Amino acid sequence: MSQSYRLESGGKIDRAKPLSFTFNGKSYGGYQGDTLASALIANGVKLVGRSFKYHRPRGFLSAGSDEPNAVVQLEEGAYTDPNTRATVVELYDGLKAASQNCWPSVNHDVGEINSLFARFLPAGFYYKTFMWPPKLWMWYEERIRHAAGMGVSPMESDPDKYENLYTHCDVLIAGGGPAGLAAALTAGRTGARVIIADEQDQMGGALLSSHDEIDGKPAMVWVEETLAELATMPEVRILPRTTVTGYYDYNWLTALEKVTDHKGPGNGGDSVRQRFWKIRAKQVVLATGAIERPLVFAENDRPGIMMASAVRTYINRYGVLPGKEILVFANNDSGYLTAIDAIKAGARVYVADVRANPQGDLVKQAEALGVKIYRNTAITGTRGRKAVTGAEVMELNEDGTDVVGSHYSIDCDIIAMAGGWNPTVHLFSQSRGKLRWDEAATMFVPKEGVAINPSRSVGCCNGTMNLGAVLAEGLGAGVRAARDAGFGDGSAPEAPTATIVAEEPVRAMWEVPCHGHKKKFHEFQNDSTSADLQLATREGMLSVEHTKRYTTTGMGTDQGKTSNVTGLGIMAAAQNRGIPAVGTTTFRPPYTPQAFGAITGQNRRELFEQNRTTSMQPWHESHGAVFEDVGDWKRPWYFPKPGESMHDAVQRECKATRDGVGIMDASTLGKIDIQGPDSLQLLEMLYTNAWAKLGIGRCRYGVMLNEHGMIFDDGVTTRLGENHFHMTTTTGGAARVMGWLEEWLQTEWPDMQVYCTSVTEQWAVATISGPRARALLSELTDIDLDVDSLPFMGMTEGNVAGVPARVYRISFTGEVAFEINVPQAHGLHLWETLMALGEKYDICPYGTETMHVLRAEKGFIIVGQDTDGTCTPMDVGMDWIVSKKKEDFLGKRSFSRSDNIKGNRKELVGLLTEDPKIVLPEGAHIAAETDPKPAMGKYTKAAGHVTSSYMTPNITGPDGEGRSIALAVLRNGQSRHGETITVPLMDGRMVKALVTEPIFFDKEGERTRG
Amino acid sequence: MLTIKCPWCGDRDLTEFAAGGEGHIARPLEPATQSDAEWGDYIYTRKNTKGIHYERWMHAQGCRRWFNAVRDTVSDEFLAFYKTGEPAPKVEGDGS
Repeated sequence: MSQSYRLESGGKIDRAKPLSFTFNGKSYGGYQGDTLASALIANGVKLVGRSFKYHRPRGFLSAGSDEPNAVVQLEEGAYTDPNTRATVVELYDGLKAASQNCWPSVNHDVGEINSLFARFLPAGFYYKTFMWPPKLWMWYEERIRHAAGMGVSPMESDPDKYENLYTHCDVLIAGGGPAGLAAALTAGRTGARVIIADEQDQMGGALLSSHDEIDGKPAMVWVEETLAELATMPEVRILPRTTVTGYYDYNWLTALEKVTDHKGPGNGGDSVRQRFWKIRAKQVVLATGAIERPLVFAENDRPGIMMASAVRTYINRYGVLPGKEILVFANNDSGYLTAIDAIKAGARVYVADVRANPQGDLVKQAEALGVKIYRNTAITGTRGRKAVTGAEVMELNEDGTDVVGSHYSIDCDIIAMAGGWNPTVHLFSQSRGKLRWDEAATMFVPKEGVAINPSRSVGCCNGTMNLGAVLAEGLGAGVRAARDAGFGDGSAPEAPTATIVAEEPVRAMWEVPCHGHKKKFHEFQNDSTSADLQLATREGMLSVEHTKRYTTTGMGTDQGKTSNVTGLGIMAAAQNRGIPAVGTTTFRPPYTPQAFGAITGQNRRELFEQNRTTSMQPWHESHGAVFEDVGDWKRPWYFPKPGESMHDAVQRECKATRDGVGIMDASTLGKIDIQGPDSLQLLEMLYTNAWAKLGIGRCRYGVMLNEHGMIFDDGVTTRLGENHFHMTTTTGGAARVMGWLEEWLQTEWPDMQVYCTSVTEQWAVATISGPRARALLSELTDIDLDVDSLPFMGMTEGNVAGVPARVYRISFTGEVAFEINVPQAHGLHLWETLMALGEKYDICPYGTETMHVLRAEKGFIIVGQDTDGTCTPMDVGMDWIVSKKKEDFLGKRSFSRSDNIKGNRKELVGLLTEDPKIVLPEGAHIAAETDPKPAMGKYTKAAGHVTSSYMTPNITGPDGEGRSIALAVLRNGQSRHGETITVPLMDGRMVKALVTEPIFFDKEGERTRG
Repeated sequence: MLTIKCPWCGDRDLTEFAAGGEGHIARPLEPATQSDAEWGDYIYTRKNTKGIHYERWMHAQGCRRWFNAVRDTVSDEFLAFYKTGEPAPKVEGDGS
């Protein structure tokens, strides 16, 4: 199809650069500088999509980011982008787009049948109809979602690159129209660092679509001169194609820059596709313009019914005359600008004006050019199925509440709605600025901001609609913002003269009357009509937030940019109160949709989160370790041999360690070096037990409590010198414990002379455990490993594998164990040497799972697994670690709080299932009482739960083979040893288990001390 | 995102800090002599102020120093920052 709606000349398109593209599989032509919308309109395409609920035919409403109707599926495969507004897609050669929300095609849509049943689909329809039976809601929902589906998400991963970029500036200006450019000019002249961002590909804003004049010259000449001067300022950054999307506290703003979208998929070269800016601005100037409102009249949603300003933009900016016969429906003077430009471009033009007798300059100009004007007139209905073909108009009564007389018909292929303007206050409102309702201008305008977000709204977004005043505001705001940021003296230059249009007042008419029941849409994407809002009011929805959710008003991809205020007007009338009393819904970021890819930026895959690995990692990887995440660490979970399952590997590792020698990478344990004359005093406060008598070179286990008396970490601390300690923590708790020490030292005990340094990553640790550990270690060290020289819970320094080492005799397995600490750089060497020499001892590397099994055999708790923040040391059977002599330590006072002494507490126990092959699920509840046939509604209470549960080869069942063991917390568990309890499982089984003391292996601890 | 002025490092983004809740709650010097109610107050009771709030912050991703701040919880405006151990400044609008 040729571009039959393209004007012979004019517009800011490059006619020397023709482009071709396809829409719904059909080829079309356009020009560089077109949007997808302008090119389609040039080709006579009016029907682009279907509405969300009734699947009514819909065309282009706007020419910008406020578009609710013309949302398309852009491109295909991995590059596909759903819910893209055709009005903001810059055309490129080869572009492919398709309608969405229609099947099988936009011209023949099965879902349109919903329209016939519209009277059965009122507001709140889903809530009213699909609530019964409750269990079927999920089934209904899936089908509703399918029927109501918008675009389709890509199934492949995103092939494009994105980035986040952080920056600071003195003045951020959102919007590059006349107000924003004027502000940039005067702020830039002071030398301040200025960023000006605009969503369009070129600066100029509304001036791109107008014939305004500044200083007697076309306004775009002023724009070009301004941009030329800004280009000479090194501190000014101009960001086209960049939408300021979010305004957060302390002038922190986000902006989305579409860097290469306009080149088409895969054509961006090495550049990122989109850049997500995070900008901290000392001062903000909001120059975001205004959005035109539709008029809510009968059958106002047919394709071809557009915003008047959009018609004007298509004519002046894109050289496209959208129709041959244009009916402008206006309640204010701005519609006449469209009428004038349309008739000059060759269309036959009518205006229906709801005002009784408009006689302003623009009205007279239009009349002089031959525009037929119907005053005091309303559109009461429209014709045309897939595009509008005509309108029915009638005269209004005196107060505008009804139409009177006879109706007559006007043939037209475009109806241009000029319903007044809404200042784009979105960013101002996001900054928590308050709005004021200007009754005369019928608009919400900025009232006052909050101090932490210093901003100035200028131009149309401030309700200032006249170009000369807009420029003056912008020039003034620029210098004052710069001054408040520390630049210049705040004196503004004189504003240039500009086109002045004496405008007569708007006549607010939130709902245009008609005869009969015809649909009047105020929100096009979600098919919300004035009747829906009135129904919501009748059903008791008075809060604007309730009404919004009930009717889905403003909940489309456009977030109600065109519909919100009109909806408020209808609600206010229905509730018989003023618009300010109804109030607005909350404006939330982002202003326009932004891709998750852009928000994520470079923080994906391996850059998403840090992976901490130990110096032994290369060995683990090359020996097939399976890893688990512990905090940020990757820890070997188990080391399967070829063909082994996890169960096989863990059982083998458990047995090999008890029978011979096992080796584990313990480098991830938190380590804190504590020095200073008051170190001992600090430890006495942090731990429950006494530390004064700990000898140099001796280790001691301790638990830390919070002030509630509950365990929050544990570990072994070693005295290295009189005032020098080496503390270890759990792997996951290392940072928490470090913070705990710092907090107390800084805030409560600043007089203590103690210095804490995290040394977790300074030391690599290989732990060898088992009856053959000593023999192995003795082969590669000069340290005397004799039990008298290096007893259990002793530490000594020496050389191991030729490198300096600290060797701790600490055991988490219950075997003779040596924790060999070497400087981090020697970790891999140590490990490889131990593995090589250990070969003849059948050394077995094991991971965290085997560590868990072996320690559970011994009943050693893991903080956070066997405890949960409600466990005192007494609850886990550690009365012995709580000093009776110390007057104070953190948490001590809470032991005697009423809840801790009332009894019936959950206490740590062991569990042995009657069937030794059943491994209880961790987290399974223990029933207080069991009834094989419980009555309906009768529930049994949980008496506790399983915290740790494993199969182990080291404890044998009646058959002489390995069996399961478990740790659990159980009400009054310590006095229930020998009882049998029941654990109901999800599959219905009732598993019986014997309550035991929480230790299963070497209860006397002889192996540990050996 | 809030801007917080660490008394040691200057203005930094909120993401560098950890919030520490209400400030000026001293640990009792002799916990053993505290009644259950007094001790409960110390570990649990907080003002949950609407308005001027004296609170603790820690520059977790920076110098790791604790300090105090006065913030209006309605506007999120910080009215003062001061070092741990310094007396709380009196700010306008403080009704406490």
